[in-house]
Amino acid sequence: MLRFIVRRLAGMVLVLFACSVLVFVIFMVAPGGGSDAAARRIAGKNATPQLIANVRKDFGFDKSLPVQYTTMMKKVFTGSLVSYSSQLNVDDEIRKGIPATFSVIIGAAVLWLFFGIVFGYLSAVRAGGFTDRALTVIALVGISIPVFLLAAFLLYYLTFKLTWFPNGDYVPLTQDPISWAKHLILPWFALVVLYIGFYSRVLRSNMLDVMNEDYVRTARAKGLSEHQVRIKHVLRNALIPIVTIFGLDFGAVLGGGDLVIESIFNIHGVGYFAAQAISNQDLPPIMAVTLLGAFFIVFFNALVDIAYAYLDPRIRLGTDAAGAAAA
Amino acid sequence: MAPLLTVSDLRVGFNTEDGLLQAVDGVSFDLAPGEVLAIVGESGSGKSVTAQTLMGLTRGQNAQIEGTASYQGRNLVNVSEQEMRGLRGAEIAMIFQDPMTSLNPVYRVGAQIVEAIQAHEDVSKSEAEQRVVELLRSVGIPNPEERVRNYPHEFSGGMRQRAMIAMGLSLEPKVLIADEPTTALDVTIQAQIIRLLEQINRDRGLSVILITHDLGVVAEIADRVVVMYGGRIVEHGTLDEIFYDPQHPYTWGLLGSLTRLDQPRPKRLPQIRGLPPSLLSPPRGCHFKPRCPHAFSRCDQVPPLEARLPDAPSHLDRCWLSPDQKRALRLVEGRIGLEAPAA
Repeated sequence: MLRFIVRRLAGMVLVLFACSVLVFVIFMVAPGGGSDAAARRIAGKNATPQLIANVRKDFGFDKSLPVQYTTMMKKVFTGSLVSYSSQLNVDDEIRKGIPATFSVIIGAAVLWLFFGIVFGYLSAVRAGGFTDRALTVIALVGISIPVFLLAAFLLYYLTFKLTWFPNGDYVPLTQDPISWAKHLILPWFALVVLYIGFYSRVLRSNMLDVMNEDYVRTARAKGLSEHQVRIKHVLRNALIPIVTIFGLDFGAVLGGGDLVIESIFNIHGVGYFAAQAISNQDLPPIMAVTLLGAFFIVFFNALVDIAYAYLDPRIRLGTDAAGAAAA
Repeated sequence: MAPLLTVSDLRVGFNTEDGLLQAVDGVSFDLAPGEVLAIVGESGSGKSVTAQTLMGLTRGQNAQIEGTASYQGRNLVNVSEQEMRGLRGAEIAMIFQDPMTSLNPVYRVGAQIVEAIQAHEDVSKSEAEQRVVELLRSVGIPNPEERVRNYPHEFSGGMRQRAMIAMGLSLEPKVLIADEPTTALDVTIQAQIIRLLEQINRDRGLSVILITHDLGVVAEIADRVVVMYGGRIVEHGTLDEIFYDPQHPYTWGLLGSLTRLDQPRPKRLPQIRGLPPSLLSPPRGCHFKPRCPHAFSRCDQVPPLEARLPDAPSHLDRCWLSPDQKRALRLVEGRIGLEAPAA
């Protein structure tokens, strides 16, 4: 198991290196135009000729591509990347935004996993009954509503009309937990409805498949109660594929849904910062956020693989046990 | 000796979209303590459904179960689910056809047997684990102290079936139902598993209901044989009666389709022509009639299952032909078989 984890983490470093090269190529090399154009992109829309000349020298755009790449990465990792449009240090801005962003996406992930699993389990256990049908309808509605539309509706009716919830902003958890949650309920809700619907449907069908497995019959034949059979044998095995899609979806929220939600609900997290940078065509923050997003997506996928190996012993290749399987 | 289990007129039907599927249609048999009873028949004959009904595994909204299966004063057909759970594994244990899929892939083999023990007895985990090691040793798993911590995918097919048998024995049940325990295994492993079942039956006095379609397996281990066809018992007798004096044409067909090493190899393996009947709309009268070359007008009525030989009161069959006719008709090229119907 340890060897598996080490190997997976080593692979992760390679993937991240490839990502950083790709980001560099996309933003600095692919658009073309030579060293002036590259410096102009970094310097921003309203840069003076003097600033462009400085940037060109500073980033080494007159040198070879490998040198440009290392200079760029040095700036990113030493935290000396600056947005020339806003004069703000990119690293500081991201650092400031991270608590809000993590509150949004980790809170949402916990909620969608919990309710997705509970609803999926109830649906599967009562397959064909009223609970199942009701949950099916709710899930389909949830899956069908676009996030931005739901978010706008929530904001309009619950915040502006009924004023039940505060309008945007973020209160740190350490400062006031109740206010923290109150500010985040609507963003969470808007973000998770889709995933709860989707996960409960997937889990339901997984569980119904697993219920027909021979080992579930074995579990019943040894005299376990129906509850034990469902939790220990059916749910446990049906959760394995859920872990896979969770890794992908978490990455997708980080790189997509979060930007929309933070912009709509005016939460000044990393997503908001990225959205602002994109609309201002401000390249340094865009690059840094892209790299950060890539890091988290790769990191969570590595976590998922490790969790997967923990959940399903057949995956643990490279352990001593795998050799005995051939016997 | 009084029978341990008495099944009488067991009927199991399932409501399907196409109507009632009568999987088991009036099955009766006894199981004596220490006896090996084989239930033989092809797919869809109702043998597995009969066995699973004894474990309460066919219960469900769409199932109609009638008749009785009395085990130590209790009727297994209508005991509460709670009581049935207490019997499963502890009094009547079951092992299944495909050992590759019968163990949960995500738990250690030992833990799955510990789970069975702890479902019925209040013992500590380490105590149960100790018992599991001994059980694995007794079913011939080498190095059980280490094997107990393996996952199912680290076991071969034969070892998994041994582990399933160990699980079946873990609570010292009185009846072991083995549902095609060797079908998914290769021939050498089959022989080992059959020998293991035989040894368990002999050493522990455990009654075994062996469900199979393999008459070779039956010949090795069974004391008595029930032959099922289309949800009904068509013949019931001791091993010798069934093998040397079979009364029902279906049994002849089964015996005739065995290949024998001590006789010249036939050009083509003999077979029983046709397909098993649909249990949604079974043929009127004898269920075997459409495939039977010896059918005549009387076969439109269901023949009762009764003793038709004066000197063998325990040998029952369900065929209208007279014993003399049977003796003449069952000989095909000098051995027992079912002749191909005239085209």
